Amino acid sequence: MFSRAYKAAVTVPPLAWVIAFLLVPYLLMFCYSFWTVSSGNIIHHWNLGNYGDLLTKDVYRATLFRSMWIAARVTAFALLLGYPVAYFLSFYAGRRKDLLYQLVIIPLWVSYLVRAYAWKTILGTDGVLNTLLQFTHLTQHPINSLLYSPFAVVLTLTHIYTPFVILPIYASMEHIPRNLVEASHDLGATPRQTFWRIVFPLSVPGMIAGATFAFVLSLGDFLAPLLLGGPSGIMISNVVVSLFGAAYNWPLGAAISLCMLVLVVTLLFLAERLERRWSYT
Amino acid sequence: MTALLSIRDVAKQFGKTQVLGNISLDVAEGEFLTILGESGSGKTTLLRIIAGFEQATSGELWMAGQRLDPQPPYRRRVNTVFQNYALFPHLTVADNVGYGPRIAGVSNEELASRTGQALAMVKMTEHANKKPSQISGGQAQRVALARALVNRPKLLLLDEPLSALDANLRRQMQLELKTLQREIGIAFVFVTHDQEEAMVMSDRIALLKDGHLEQVATPREIYARPATTYVAQFIGHTNLLPAIVTRGAARCGALTWRTGVPDGTAIFSLRPENIRPAVGGEGVRFRARVKQQAFHGATELLQVECADGLMLTVRMAGNINPTGDIEFQFSAADAFPVRLSESN
Repeated sequence: MFSRAYKAAVTVPPLAWVIAFLLVPYLLMFCYSFWTVSSGNIIHHWNLGNYGDLLTKDVYRATLFRSMWIAARVTAFALLLGYPVAYFLSFYAGRRKDLLYQLVIIPLWVSYLVRAYAWKTILGTDGVLNTLLQFTHLTQHPINSLLYSPFAVVLTLTHIYTPFVILPIYASMEHIPRNLVEASHDLGATPRQTFWRIVFPLSVPGMIAGATFAFVLSLGDFLAPLLLGGPSGIMISNVVVSLFGAAYNWPLGAAISLCMLVLVVTLLFLAERLERRWSYT
Repeated sequence: MTALLSIRDVAKQFGKTQVLGNISLDVAEGEFLTILGESGSGKTTLLRIIAGFEQATSGELWMAGQRLDPQPPYRRRVNTVFQNYALFPHLTVADNVGYGPRIAGVSNEELASRTGQALAMVKMTEHANKKPSQISGGQAQRVALARALVNRPKLLLLDEPLSALDANLRRQMQLELKTLQREIGIAFVFVTHDQEEAMVMSDRIALLKDGHLEQVATPREIYARPATTYVAQFIGHTNLLPAIVTRGAARCGALTWRTGVPDGTAIFSLRPENIRPAVGGEGVRFRARVKQQAFHGATELLQVECADGLMLTVRMAGNINPTGDIEFQFSAADAFPVRLSESN
C-alpha cells in the first residue's frame, strides 16, 4: 500500500530519535556504572566497585530505604484519600459527575513546582499553618518541624499524586456493570455487603494501577525533597543529582540510576501481572 | 385463588414522562404470569418496581398481607433473573449460586448442599468451578436461574431472560423453564416482548401498551376473545373488520353476519384460520380472489380481495395451493367484537 521509501521516511526519524536520546544514554550510563573516578578523572577501568558501595555503604542504603518508605506512605495515603473520592464520583455523583471529575483533573494543570511551593508557604515557620495555630492560641511558638521533614515530603507528594490514584480507580469502577450491584441487592446483600463483595474486588485492578503510579512517581521524586525535605528528607534522586553535579562521581550516580531503573521496571512488570490476574470486566 | 402479590394503582413517572399509569394486577401463588409488551411499553419498569430497583411514583405493592414497596430490594422475598444474567465475573459458578445463602449466613454444610442442589436442578454441576466468562450464554442463563431460585423466593422475576439466546435454544429453554416452574411451584413473573413465547409459557398474560394494561387473561382467552384492536393484532394475526350494526346484523362491505352487538359502529376481529373455503352448511359466504400467498410449511397465509376491494388474510393448510377466484365462508360467531385501542 505504501512505498518502501515512504515507510522508511516515517519510521526512521522517530527510531533514530529514540536510539540517539534514549538507548545511547542508557548504554553510556550502563558503561559509566562500571567505571571509577580518581582525583577528578574518570578511569575507564571496568569493575563492580560502585555496586559494591551501594550494597555496603549505609548512606546509600539508608537513603534508598527512606525513599521507598516515603513512597510507600504516599501510596497508602493517596489510596485512602483517592478511593472514596473515586467511589463517590462513580456511584453517587449523579448529574454532578462531570463537574466533579473536572475538579479532580484541574489541579494537574497547575505546575508541580507551584504546588510544591504552596506547601512551603503553608508549612514554613512564618507560614499559613503556624500563623493560624498561634493566632488561635493553640500553640505559643511556631512549630519548626513541619517544614524540612519527611512529613512535609509525604504530605506534598500525597497531594500531588492523589489524582493519579483517583483516575484509574474511577475508570475501573465505571467498568463495573450496574446490574451487578442490583443483582447483589436482589440476592439479599445490603449496600455495605455489596461494596465489599462486589465493588471492591472488581476495583482492584484500578487500585493496583493507581498505587503503581503513586509509588513509582514518588520513589523517583526529586523536587519535593529538595524544596521541603531538609536533610532528614533527602531521597535517592537527590543523591543521584549531587553525584552527577557537585560530588562529580558519575559512575556511582549511574550505578544508582540503573538500580532504580531495574527496580521500577520490575515493579511495573509485577503490577501488570497482578492487574491482569484481577481483571474480569 | 389467593393473591401472592398485589399491585395496586401503581404509576411511574420519569420527569414529565408517564411510563406506567395506574396498573392494578394480582399474581397468584404458583402462577406463571407474563407481562407482554413492545419495547417502551413499561414492562421492565414494572418488573423493576416489584424487585425494588425503582420506586413507584404512586400506588402500593402488597405481598402476603404486607406492604412491599417501602422495603429495600435486599429485604424482599423476591429474586430476579436479569436480562444479561448479571453473573458476578470474579466468582465461580458455584460461588455465584451460593451468593444469596452465604449472605443469609447459612452454615457451610447447608450452603454446600443448597448450592449443589440448585446446580443439579439446572444441570450445571460439572461447571461449578468455572468462571462466568468460561461458560456459554445458555449455561449462564441456567446459572442465573439457579442463583435466584436457591434463595427459595416467593416470587421469581424474569426480565427477558431468553432474548439473548438463539431461536432453537430459546424454544428448548421455554419448555424447560415452564416444566421447572411447575415442579417447584414458585410464582413466576416473566417479562417478554415475544407474543409466541408468552403464549407457550404462561398461565396468564398481562398485555401492556404505553404503560396501560390492555388485557389480562389466559393465552387461550386472550387469543379467542381479544379485548381491543391492539390485543387482536399483537397476539397472532387477525382481520379487523369495521362494521355498521343495524338490528342484529353487522355489515362490512359485501359481508353481512348476525351479531349480538347493539346498533352503531363496531370493529370485529376475525382470525385468518376461521375463514375456510366454502364447503356448505352454516356460515357467511363470500367470493374473493387470491392476490398473494405466503407458504409457512404446515399452513399458508393468503391475501385475498373481495369483490368490493376489501382485503382479508386467510390461513389454510399448507398442501392446498389455492389460486384464482374462490368461495370462502366463516362462522358469524368467530367474528369477535373488539374495542378500539387508544391512539391505535
